[in-house]
Formats: sequence, C-alpha cells, structure tokens
Amino acid sequence: MLLLLEQCLNGLQFGLLLFLLAAGLTLVFGIMDLVNLAHGSLYMLGAYFAATFVAWTDSFIAGAVLALAATLVVGMAVEVVALRRLYGRDHLDHVLGTFGLILFFNELVRLIWGPAGLSLPLPMWLIYPVEILPGFFYPTYRIAIIVTALVVALFLYVLVMRTRLGMLIRAGASNREMTGALGVNINLLYTLVFGLGAALAGLAGLMQAPILTVQIGMGENILILAFVVIIIGGIGSIRGAFIAAILVGLIDTIGRAFLPDLLRLILTSRGASTVAPALSSMMIYLLMAIVLVLRPEGLFPVSSK
Amino acid sequence: MIALLTPRNVVVAFLLLLLAAVPIYAAWTGNAFLVTLFTRIIILGMAATTLNLILGYGGMVSFGHAVYLGIGGYAVGILAYEGVTTGFVQWPLAILVSALFALIVGALSLRTRGVYFIMITLAFAQLLYYFGVGLDRYGADDGLSIRQRSQFAGLINLSDRTLFYYLCLALLLVTIYLTWRLVNSRFGMVIQGSRSNDRRMRAIGFPTFRYRLTAFVIAGAICGLAGALLANHTGFISPATMHWTRSGDLIVMVVLGGMASSFGPLIGALVLLSLEEALPIVIRAAASPLFGDAAVRIAEYWQIVLGPLFLLVVLFARGGIDGLLAGARRD
Amino acid sequence: MTDARVDTLLEIDGLTKRFGGVIASDAISLGVRKGELHAIIGPNGAGKTTLIGQLAGEIAPDAGRISFEGGDVTTLPTYRRSQIGLARSFQITSLFLDFTALDNVALAVQAHAGHSFHFWRSARGEADLRVPARAALARVGLAERSDVLVSNLSHGEHRQLEIAMALATTPRMLLLDEPMAGMGPEESARMVKTLRELKRELTILLIEHDMEAVFALADRITVLVYGRIIASGSPEAIRANAEVRQAYLGEQEQAHG
Repeated sequence: MLLLLEQCLNGLQFGLLLFLLAAGLTLVFGIMDLVNLAHGSLYMLGAYFAATFVAWTDSFIAGAVLALAATLVVGMAVEVVALRRLYGRDHLDHVLGTFGLILFFNELVRLIWGPAGLSLPLPMWLIYPVEILPGFFYPTYRIAIIVTALVVALFLYVLVMRTRLGMLIRAGASNREMTGALGVNINLLYTLVFGLGAALAGLAGLMQAPILTVQIGMGENILILAFVVIIIGGIGSIRGAFIAAILVGLIDTIGRAFLPDLLRLILTSRGASTVAPALSSMMIYLLMAIVLVLRPEGLFPVSSK
Repeated sequence: MIALLTPRNVVVAFLLLLLAAVPIYAAWTGNAFLVTLFTRIIILGMAATTLNLILGYGGMVSFGHAVYLGIGGYAVGILAYEGVTTGFVQWPLAILVSALFALIVGALSLRTRGVYFIMITLAFAQLLYYFGVGLDRYGADDGLSIRQRSQFAGLINLSDRTLFYYLCLALLLVTIYLTWRLVNSRFGMVIQGSRSNDRRMRAIGFPTFRYRLTAFVIAGAICGLAGALLANHTGFISPATMHWTRSGDLIVMVVLGGMASSFGPLIGALVLLSLEEALPIVIRAAASPLFGDAAVRIAEYWQIVLGPLFLLVVLFARGGIDGLLAGARRD
Repeated sequence: MTDARVDTLLEIDGLTKRFGGVIASDAISLGVRKGELHAIIGPNGAGKTTLIGQLAGEIAPDAGRISFEGGDVTTLPTYRRSQIGLARSFQITSLFLDFTALDNVALAVQAHAGHSFHFWRSARGEADLRVPARAALARVGLAERSDVLVSNLSHGEHRQLEIAMALATTPRMLLLDEPMAGMGPEESARMVKTLRELKRELTILLIEHDMEAVFALADRITVLVYGRIIASGSPEAIRANAEVRQAYLGEQEQAHG
C-alpha cells in the first residue's frame, strides 16, 4: 500500500514536471500558433545552466535562479532573432525551422560543455527524507518539486485568468490583428510569452537535473512526452495540459512500477522482464494514439482558432 | 538542345555521372571508403525519395518515416538470425511488413491534420522504437549483427562491394523514375491536389483519404526495401535507426534538397552526408597547415552551422537546392 | 411553400444549426425548383455561409433534413454530394494555387471520370480530361488564360475559375457562394452574363450581396436574417416587402444614395 502511495507521489511529481514543460509549449502554440520543437532544447539549457551556476556559486538556490534567468534570456533572444519570422507560416515550416534549432543547440552545448554529460548534486538540506506519514519517508527534493510546480501552476492560472497581461494573452490568441490595432505591442507581447514558456522549460530542466543526468539530447526524449500531453489535453489549453500531464505522469510511473508484476501473472518471469520496460514506454504513445483516434481535437480543445 | 542545359539539368547530369564513376575512381585510387560512403548516400537518398512522395508532393509531414528503414532492416536481421538468409524471402518480407505497418499507421493518422498528424506519426515511430528496444532476443538496445548479406542463390553476390553499389544505384534510379511517373499520373494529381487544397478536392468529388493512404503505403513499402539494403550495407540493425530524430534527418534531406522535385531528395542526402562525413576531413586537411590543432576542433564542431543553415533554407530558400537551381520558385 | 415534389430539386426542411449560444440556422425550410435561379440574400451574419456549409456537407446540422432529387443527403459526405451532381463554389477563393488554371479544372473533371488509381499514364496528356476542362474554361471566358498559374491570375479571374471548376463536375445544381465577391463593375457584368447563360441549363442556388445582379438574375428570392427566413417570393414581391426593406434593402438603398 505504501509502495502504491510512493509511486503515486512519484507519478504526481513527474506529471507536474511534464506540466511545466507542456504549459510553455501549449502557451506558445495556443497564442502564437507556433510549433516549437526546440522547446526541449530550452529544457536542456536550463539543466546545463543550473549545473554550471550551482557549481560556481556553491548554492543550489542561487544557481537555480541564475539558470532560470539565463534560460529566459536565451529564450527571448531566440524568439527575436530566429522564430519571429516563422509566425503565420505553415506548421511544417515551424517544425522544420525549430528542428534546425535543435541541431544547433545540441552542437552548441557540445561545443561549450563537451560531449560528456554533467551532474548536479543536491545540497544536504534537500537530501534528507521527510516523514509524511508515520513510518513513510519521501525524499525532500521530490516534495520540493511538487510544491514548486503547484505554486507555478497557481501563478499561471492567476496570470492568465486574472491579470491584464493574461487578458492580452488570451485576446492575442483569438484575434491578433485587433489586439494589435488596439495599440498593444504584439511583438513585445509575443516575446514575453515565449520568454515565459522558455522559463517554464528551463525550470523543468533544472529541477529534473539532479534526478536524471544532464546530457545532450535530453530535451528530445521528454519533448515528445510534452507534446503527447498537450495533444491529449488539447492544444492551447493550460487546464487541459495540467490534467493530461498528471494523467500521463501517473500512468507512466505506476505502469512502469507495476507492469512487470502484472505481466508476471500471465507470462514467464523472463518474458515479463523483457517485455515490461518496452511496454511501459509504449503505453503513453498508445494512449495518445487512442485519444487522437477518438477525439482528434484532444480532451479539452480550445474552441475558436 | 541548348534549352536543355538549364543549371538544374546540368547539375543532375553531373551528379549521375559522378555516382556512376565512384566505384571506378575508388578502384583506381584504392580508396574503398568512397564506395562505402556513397552506397550509404544512395540508400538514404532512396529513402528520402520515398519520403518526398508523401511529404513533398503529398504534404503529409511524417515524422516516423525512418521506422520503415528499421522494419526492412529487422526483417533481414531477424530472418538471418533465425537461419533464413535468402534474399528472396527477406526482401519481399521487408516490403510487405513495411506496407502493412504503413497501412495501420496511415489508416489511424490520416484522419488528423497539421501538427496532430505530425505528432501521431511521431508517436507511432516511438512505439516501434521502444518495441525494438524490448526485442531482447534480437539485441534490444544494442542491436543485431547481420553476419551474412542476403543470398540470392548465386544470381548476384552482394558481398562484392562494387556490385552491391551498382545494385543500390539501380534501385535508386528506378525509385526516382517510378516516383516521377506516379506524381504525374491521375493518382499523383490527386495527391498533389490534396496537398494544395484538401478541402477543395473533397468539394469537387474526390474521396481523398483512400488515395493519401495508398501513397502512404507505397512510400513505406519502398522505404522498407531501402531498409533491407541499409542492413545489408552496414551489417547491423538497431532500434536507433527508427528514432524520431532519424526521421528528422530524412526530412532535412528532402527539404534541403528540394521538396516536390525528382532529384531533390538525392541531392539533399548527398549534401547532408557529405557534410557530415567529408567536411570534417576536408576542413582538417585544409586548415591544419594554417591553424594546427585548432583546425581539428573546428572540423569537429562545424555541425553547429548546419542547424542555422537549415533554418535559413526553411525561411528563405523554401524550394531547397533544387529550387535555387530551377530559379524563382512559386511557393 | 413547396410546389409539386417532382419539380423541386433541392428540398431543405427545418434546418437548424447552433454554435454555442448563437443560432446560425433557425429551422430553415425552402425548396429550389428545377431550372430556376433561386437567390438568397441577407445582411452579414445572417447565416448564409453556414447554410451553404450544411448543404455542401461540411457542417453537420443539429436538426432538419436536406433532400436532393428526392433522396436524403443530410448526412452524405462532401465528396459524395459532388458526385451526385450538387456542385459548390467558394466565397473565399479556394483553388489550387500552385497549378495552372487548366490543371485546376482538369482536376475537377478527373473527379468525375471514374477512379484515380491510375499510376502510370501522365494525367496532363489525357484528352479525356483536358478537352472538357478547356470547354469549361471557355464557358466562363478564361480560354486564353488556361496555362497561367492560378497564383498569377487576378481576383476576378479567380472567381470565374471557381465557376469553371464547379461546372467541370457536370452538376445538376450549383451552389454559388457570393461569386461576385470583391469584383468591380466590369467583372460583375461579365459574371452576370455568364450566370445568365448557365441559368438555361442548370438549377442554381445563388448567395449574393450584389443587389443589381440578384434582381437581374433571380427567379425567386429568399431573405435570411439572423438565420431565419423572413420572406421568400418573386423579385417584385421581395422588393415591395416592407419588412425586407427595413431589414436589408433599406441599408442598401441608403448606401447607393
């Protein structure tokens, strides 16, 4: 029972991390209608920056904040220099252009940090496990991730739903020309939105860094999951991304944890241990395929566009 | 006659002559590596040509086309592992299984449009990739060695490097020719019309789904054959061949070389692979005298140029190299 | 409203469509008689495009029935409707921009010339496709422009091409969605002439804003306001109808001074 609880928490944590990544992706897609494959590269940069800055400043918090700022700056720079010209174009052009950016960033990282990965060790105060329930310990760091991500989710909700900026963002989503005609600086707005997305990706990257290795190409693997999340949730919908991310996170984590045992009931032990990992990885894609076949617009499609 | 000497035709003619001459030149200079490199270019050029059918002409952006290279390769690899080394079984199976997978993926994916289509093809690619990773018996993550090339009962010896090269070249040219005939036929008109304006196609009375699915299957099947060739060439197959980033490479070849053109994909494959393999050597050779050690580093990191270059092509030279050769493209 | 069934080619019965809280089609019932040119007019937002969308099969109605030549076509897919003779032109030009005018029309011909699973023979060399295509282009006056890329044609020529493509599918009935949209007076006059000739052999449902053209061509006029039919009858009857004048024509008269 405790094992299930632990896996649920892990799934929640993974799901929330996915949400951070997916939220940025869906924001940019929903508002600027831009398909950004290089979103994963920003995630990777967040991790690399964090590993570097934490080592420089010898402080996890300071390093994290610097990494976040750096990713934000890089994101906005990329938008201004390269991505701006892609607005209004075919989605294929977006896919191709941002694929080119993936190649660029992978090489850039290789140039600056070398081909071997980095590691980001956690400070002591984040390693001690915390006793959530009597006799049940859970890593502090993972709780920190959950709390941080929830706070960010709340912040996003307030931003998009309750502030003037959020209103502009939503208005920009439905009618670009009119918003521009109202005197709002669309270019600036888009750059800020993209920056926000980049920051979210960077945050996800730097939070994930201590758990997974920091390496070139780490963005590509998780990018697909982020896309799966926004497809299932419905492109442009942050609420959909939230629900879908939690769903995907839970299914993936719990699936990986319990599928081998489940399979062992029907297959031989050796067969189960062979098939289980592959099957777990495949599950999320199966889920997306099923969702798309049944509901081509996702679970919570944003109506007009 | 002079009218035929357009820049594009000249380049293509030169290219074909070059490809035909490679083994001869290699034998003369004793540089076997050239044949290996160009065999790879030809096979991937063939794969890119099949992608061009659905992407360039059909507007179907499949981010999972590399799976067919994998399916073809595994068909050869698995059969060889289990003792079936005859190409007469391996190759048709490679084509058949690829066609079948394409049928399933296409039937499910072609109902969606735009980025949803891209993502669902990507998802299927990843599905197959992880499936390959789970194939414990056949090497899983590490891949499978193929110790013997496909046997054709003595009719043709694929272990002969030069012979294999010309076989691949022949198959490439046949693929290009068949594609050309296909896109100009009634069927091809429907495919191209669907890319241009699918809504209008249905409004004038075409049930476009069945035609696009057919094109999708044809492209997958022939790419499966390319996969069989590739497996024979490298003597190895692994799930990495099917990763979505490999599909991305194929897309780069098609777009760089020129979508919706006969020789564009081949040009793209040539440019991309030459740059990847040859340029570092060239840079090192050329820059070493001047820059010494730094030249080695430069050569290793030239790839950083490729990304932005590709972005520039997408932004400003949408017709790719072929488009540049043909003059202003009406895209 | 409807006369003897045998005379009615297109029968629309209680067609209703809602988008969220907005009623785009409010229980629309009307019949288009064989051989007539029936015009639908109404202010912007009246739901004319939604109506065409439902007739063409792109939008599924929430309620109601559409019959063509006696058969129920309410749920028939778009391409099938074209195949049974119900052709449609688009208000916003929707052509194959990277092809020539001839290629465009030849495609329309091809759609109705059997299946297209022919993989070898060059389609551009098939007289079966090219000859009728040229004929259709000639009928709308675009014969000289056959080999021009559509992206290089003028807006007025695009509108003509729209008609040519609908014609090439050898239809029984045409659904024309504002064929004169964005045309100058000279081009409009030419289009009216073309439509008048077509009237003799085809049944036409015409959606238009250009009042001169409507009154010159229509046998009957139906007025749509906020998704509802407020009047339907002969051109004279419509011109005299007070409610119509107020809702619609009044604005037009003011605009024309």
